[in-house]
Formats: sequence, C-alpha cells, structure tokens
Amino acid sequence: MLREGDIRIPSGCAIAALVNRKGEAFEGTRIADCIAMMRDRSNGLGGGFAAYGIYPEMKHHYAVHVFFDGTPQRRGFEDLLRKHFQVISTGPIPTRRKTEIQNPPVIWRYFVAPDDDLLMEESVDQQEFIVSFMTRVNAEPNGAYIVSFGRNMGVFKGVGFPEDIADFYRLDEYQGYIWTAHGRFPTNTPGWWGGAHPFALMDTTVVHNGEISSYDANRRFIEMYGYRCSLQTDTEVIAYTFDLLCRRLGLSQAEAARVVAPPLWDEIALMEPKLADRLTRMRSVFGALLLNGPFSIVLAAPEGIMALNDRLKLRPMVAAEKGEFLAVASEEAAIRRVFPALDRVWSPAGGEPVWGRVGSVAPLTDSTACREGRHEFS
Amino acid sequence: MKLSKPKFEIERDPARCVECGVCVNQCANRVHDWDPYDENILSEDINCVGCQRCVHLCPTRALKVLPFASRTREHGLWTSNVINEIHLQADSGGILLAGMGNSRRQTVYWDQILLNASQVTNPSIDPLREPMELKTFLGRKPPLSRGNGEFADQIYPQLELEVPVMFAAMSFGSVSLNVHKSLAQAASNQHTYWNTGEGGLHSEVREFRNRAIVQVASGRFGVSSEYLEDGAAIEIKIGQGAKPGIGGHLPGEKVTGEVARTRRIPPGSDAISPAPHHDIYSIEDLSQLVYSLKEATAYRKPVAVKIAAVHNVAAICSGMARAGADILVIDGYRGGSGATPLRVRNEVGIPIEFALAAVDSRLREEGIRNEVSLVASGGIRSSADAAKAIALGADAVYIGTAALVALGCHMCQSCYTGKCNWGIATVNPALTKRLNPEVGACRAENLLQAWKHELAEFLGGMGMNAIESLRGNRLMLRGVGLTERELKILGIKAVGE
Repeated sequence: MLREGDIRIPSGCAIAALVNRKGEAFEGTRIADCIAMMRDRSNGLGGGFAAYGIYPEMKHHYAVHVFFDGTPQRRGFEDLLRKHFQVISTGPIPTRRKTEIQNPPVIWRYFVAPDDDLLMEESVDQQEFIVSFMTRVNAEPNGAYIVSFGRNMGVFKGVGFPEDIADFYRLDEYQGYIWTAHGRFPTNTPGWWGGAHPFALMDTTVVHNGEISSYDANRRFIEMYGYRCSLQTDTEVIAYTFDLLCRRLGLSQAEAARVVAPPLWDEIALMEPKLADRLTRMRSVFGALLLNGPFSIVLAAPEGIMALNDRLKLRPMVAAEKGEFLAVASEEAAIRRVFPALDRVWSPAGGEPVWGRVGSVAPLTDSTACREGRHEFS
Repeated sequence: MKLSKPKFEIERDPARCVECGVCVNQCANRVHDWDPYDENILSEDINCVGCQRCVHLCPTRALKVLPFASRTREHGLWTSNVINEIHLQADSGGILLAGMGNSRRQTVYWDQILLNASQVTNPSIDPLREPMELKTFLGRKPPLSRGNGEFADQIYPQLELEVPVMFAAMSFGSVSLNVHKSLAQAASNQHTYWNTGEGGLHSEVREFRNRAIVQVASGRFGVSSEYLEDGAAIEIKIGQGAKPGIGGHLPGEKVTGEVARTRRIPPGSDAISPAPHHDIYSIEDLSQLVYSLKEATAYRKPVAVKIAAVHNVAAICSGMARAGADILVIDGYRGGSGATPLRVRNEVGIPIEFALAAVDSRLREEGIRNEVSLVASGGIRSSADAAKAIALGADAVYIGTAALVALGCHMCQSCYTGKCNWGIATVNPALTKRLNPEVGACRAENLLQAWKHELAEFLGGMGMNAIESLRGNRLMLRGVGLTERELKILGIKAVGE
C-alpha cells in the first residue's frame, strides 16, 4: 500500500474551528467535543488538531512537533536540527495509551531559536529559512516528519477518530485561544500519521474538507515557485497557495480568497470598473490558483482564522457566533454541542470568507461589500 | 509514356442520370464532359481528386466516386501508393506537391489519451444548471515578485477569448475571400479570433479587424503600419507544421487583382515567402523583430510567434518567450497547408501532443510558464482534442483544417491546384461564389458553439467550472497503449494508475 506522497488520495472529512476573539485561552476538550459530534463524517483513518496559544511560557521560541519512525531517526534529526537552530528544550510529547490508537510513531517536541549567524550567512529571513528547512526534512525519506513549526502553537494529529486522538494527546491539559480540528474519511487506507490533517507550514495550519479537481493545475503552478508537493494532498497545495500569495507576494487574505475562489466573470462584469479591472487582471494572472471543486477550509494562524467555501458551495460549512467566540464547522450540530444557544448562526455563501480575528470581535464577512463592489483591498 | 494511374473512378448509374449537366458545370477539374457526338456525359477518371462535389450536387444521386480498384500486386513495402508516387516523379521530374496536413497512418496520440470524470468523492457540475467559464486571456503576464500586490497593476495587452478555440492562419490567396469573411464573422460573433495568414487584410474584412490576428511572415506580404495597427495581435510566423523549414509559393496565376492589392505586390507575380525570415537568422534577431513590431504599435498589442513543432521545440520556445514573444504558437506535424512538398509534409516535424507537453514542462521548469501564453495547433479535430491539449498545458488551440471542413472541405488534398470545387482554396470567381459567406459564417460559428458546449460538458464532468482549472491539469488525463517513455514525456499516468 502506498502512503501519502507516493499516491494521491482524495478524502472526505469533517472540519471544525473555535476562536476566542478576545484571545482568551480555553481547553482542548471543547474542540474535541465539537468534532466528536461529526463522527460519521470520518472513518477512523485520520484525526487532528491545531492549537494556538498553548505554550505561553515558551512563546518566544519555536515549538517543533515531529514524528519519527524510531529512535535512530530521531537522533539523526536532532543532529540536523542542532546544525540549523539553537535548541532550547527537548522531550517527548506526553500521550495517553489507548486501545483505539494503534502503532503511534515516536512523537517529540522541541523548542528552538533561530541561529542568527546562520541566517546572516545564508542571507534569508527567518520565515524563509524555516519553510525551506521544514520542506526539506519532510520531502526526504529520513524517517522524520515535522508536523508543525511555529511559536506558541502546535499540531496534534494521527490515525484514529479525532476524539480518540484528542484523548491520546491529552488535549484536555492544553489551553489555547484558537483550536481547529479535522476528522478524515480517506478513500484509501494509508494509515500514515504524517498524512493526517491539519497540515502546517510554519505557524499556518489548514484543515480541509473536499476534493480539489484542479489539483494538478494548482500543484504545477506553485511548483514553479519552489514548492514541492511531497504529500500530494489538497491540504498541502492549499497551504502552499496561501503561503505564496500572502507571505511571499504580499497579498492580503481577502485578495488571496478572491484568487482561490474568484467571483464569476458575470459577477465581475457588474462591479464598478476599477474593481472589475483589478479582479480581471488577478484572475488572468492567478487563474491557475483557482481551487476548483468542492471544498471547505479553515486556515488558521496566530492572528486568527479564515474559513472559506468553494465558490459553488459544494461542501457544507456553517459559521456561528456566541459572545467573543466564533465557531465554524461542517455541521451546525457540532457547534450546538459546545454552544447550545448561539447569538447568530449562518451558512456562508460560496467563495465568501468568514474571518475570526483575534483582537476584534466585529466584522466577520466582507461578502456584502465585495458583491456590491465596495470592497477595498488592503 | 505516362505511367501514373487515376486515384478514383467514377461510377455513373445510367438509370438515374438525367444528363442535366450539373456535374459537368461543377467540376473544375474537368472530370465530367458532355460528349456532343454520343450525346452523353463522359467521365475522365484521371482528373478526379475525389472532392465529392459532383456526388453531393447530383440531383438524382446517380454518381459515386470510388477509390480506383485496379491495384498493383500486393507488396508490404512497394505499395500501390509508393509505386504511383515514383511514377509521378518519373513522369514529371518534380517535387511531389500536396495540400492539407500529414496523411500518413501514424498514431494519433490524442486518441491514446483519455479524460477523467468525477464520481462520488467530488460531484460533477451540470453545465445546464451552473455557470461554466471558458473565458481565456492570451498575452504576457507579469512575473510574480514580492510586493504589495503591485504585480497585478502592470498592464500587458491581452486577447480575450470566450472560447479557447481560434481560427488558424490561412492567407487570402491560398483561400478565398469568402473563407475570410466566414471565419472573421464567426470569430467575431463568438468572441474569439481569426488569423489573416500571410496575405494581408482585405478591405472587405477590415470591419472584423478587432478580432483579427495579423500575420507577419517571411514574405512580409500585406504588411504595412495600417495592417499592424488593424490587428488585435500580431503573429510572426517562423514556420508551420505542414512544412517546417520550407517557404511558401503562391503561383502568379493565383495573384489576381484583389490578391495582389491585398498583398501589395504586382498582379501576376509569384508570391514567394522565403524559407527563413531574412532578418531572422538567430534568436536575438527574432527578439529585434518582436520589439520592432511592439514599438510600431506602441506596446498595445500582444505579439505571437508561431513555429512548427520540431525536435528541439522546448528549448526554442523557451528562447522565444525570453525574446519577448507574448504568445507561443506551436504547430504540430499534422498541421495543414494549401501547398507543401509531400515528403516534407509527411516526414518532418513531431506530433503536437509531445511538442506541447515538452514545451509546457520546460517553461514550468524555468518558472516562466505563467508569463506567456501557449497555443497548440496542427490536427485539432474536435472539442476532445482541444480539451486534452488544454489539460496538457495549452491556453488555447488554433483550428484551420477543422474550420475549412465546416465550410465544406472534403479533404481532397489538392488545394495547391487552385481548382477547389467547394470554393475554399481558390480565387477563381466562378468557384469562390460557391461558398456563401453568410452560410459559411453560420457553419463556422455553429462549430465553435458546439465545441463550447462540449468543453463545458467535459469540464463539468471533471468537477470544474472554469477552463483555467483544466489548463495544465495533467492528472485529468490517462494514457492507453503508450510506452513508459511516451507517458513520461506527456507527463501523464497510464489508465488504471
């Protein structure tokens, strides 16, 4: 059986996200309860969580979560890590033994600081350095797989139902202000822990439900710009797409959302000329980054989340507000499980991003403004 | 002593024939003739090119044009065809001429490639319910660079197509004015483009200039500053698939008043296009011509460069992109022509499928694929071929032969004789009037419309609703009956993988 990276495996899924927009931390039990409600949307072959704000006492250092095939591979990786970073602390990630979770890899956590001299020498910025380190390690068959690499955040994932994965990783012992979750239903049984979601690129994580029919067009475009899609999953391609657009090219998330889920040409034709002109040029330049086919995604970063559906809304996604909380999930029932009474619940239109920004409890969607052509790109 | 044999024989059913004389009037090759002594119609088989005009127009369906039955003794190497060609050359001492594209029975790689469709894990999209977007822009795109989105503010001229299918270059002179009128009108109605070919822009089709790609070829026929200004884009023709490395020759008898005026040459003179452009002996020379044309039109028009698909096509195209070409046009070895040496037509160049895949891959390896547009041509027969070309990496396709077939061409491959009974490849007014430009425009437009519907069906079936998601999406293709190496070059998997 081939594992991720050797073959392309489409999968169906459940996704969920909880954000405390005041930045106040809450325990991982809530997100586990939320995703557990949608057990029938996954099949036990993958579950995972991304958590932000979980390492406040180490927040100035990068937390690196890594899977190893065994101890020799761990030692090899640690040698490499020490060559590139200053290692502050080292240790296995605490787990709980469970009958439901079989054959876990060796799972370790490191806190590291970048080596300034090395950065100077290679004349790259920190982010670029980390991205290239992470992609290099993950592309090579070295028995080590970096799960996440970011400050005050981490990804916990594996093969199993998401609620069992949460218990395995003892997420009840962590407090974070953003939690995203994924339950996987792959159409194949790779049973590889690295292939579970969320997918992380530095401190940006993606959970995704859907199948991107345009995958190869998207992949071949971003591979022109130095990315290597070693996992052959949609989630990976989505993460790289946003990384290229936002981090490397400086587009705002709003613009990036308009690239991956652009308005129809007929809609653009009705917009005011300046905006129509800009969107036309964006589509003609970035046409290959249109994510075509059904998807709902939650893109999370320390600043907040963006949730987005494909432009035809071919996958379910519900958003809701309760006080300072913003919740997004594949099904409303999952949100009601943790917040039985909601201030507001709605089904975002296709291609209409929903933002949950930490530090601002207000505007959630730019959809109305965008559709009417009033939206100002920043 | 002439040893060449007829290719066809005419079977006339005397019980049906009413001797109305339609066949006599219709055949420019003088196959059918009224015999005043015997008072019946005689048929001279050896003149027949098999265009089927008489068969279609015979009111009583009395005629059949069949392959000439008498054959030489069967031989695997020395086939009847080979022998006939040697006899022809022994008769004439000349190069064998041919019209249209490569006629050999070689693998059509389009037919070895199959398209995908969605089942269960993602839904197919119904084009009857959901919008399907085929809009395509051709032209240079800015390189992506770090910045606050300013890359998108750079403006390069673009062609905007509502269907990614354009009419390929066919010059006035090689085809009739009514062909230009038909294709220009159809392209205009369907918001795509037609190409003047190297013969100038006739004043009667000038109204369609904003949908015209004006060609600049080695003979520079018809080129003037007004002509360049008229075009929506300019195409430098280096070569074509039907005759890579070979120039063109429109015989003086075809250079009648109108043709001469449009080409800006004296009537009756041979219009000879040299094999190379005599100002382009290298890639830097091409760059100078590209920028001369851009300067002449104030950088308001995209400049395309068209080459025949030859062995080193990937490197050549990369050079063209770097030399300033905004649109790269690759013409495969099945591309058509009004006149080409038969040997060159059949033996020189490579299939468009491989050329396209190789060029697209190379431009991606170099990170410049997104900066230029890629147009594939040469033997595109249907919307399926077009869809596969786009999935291999083309932005759009050109169709020439398919467009002429829509106008009535029956593939007799005798375009160079100037006696086209369908009024297509001729400038003889008695023949050109047979193609009504309004009817022609309608038929050509129907073809585009039909392909548009079919492309939408393919796209929807694959779970996509915009053509840009198919472009270069080779996972949507699988190869059947191809070797490992062929699959590798095409960049596709085998069926079942």
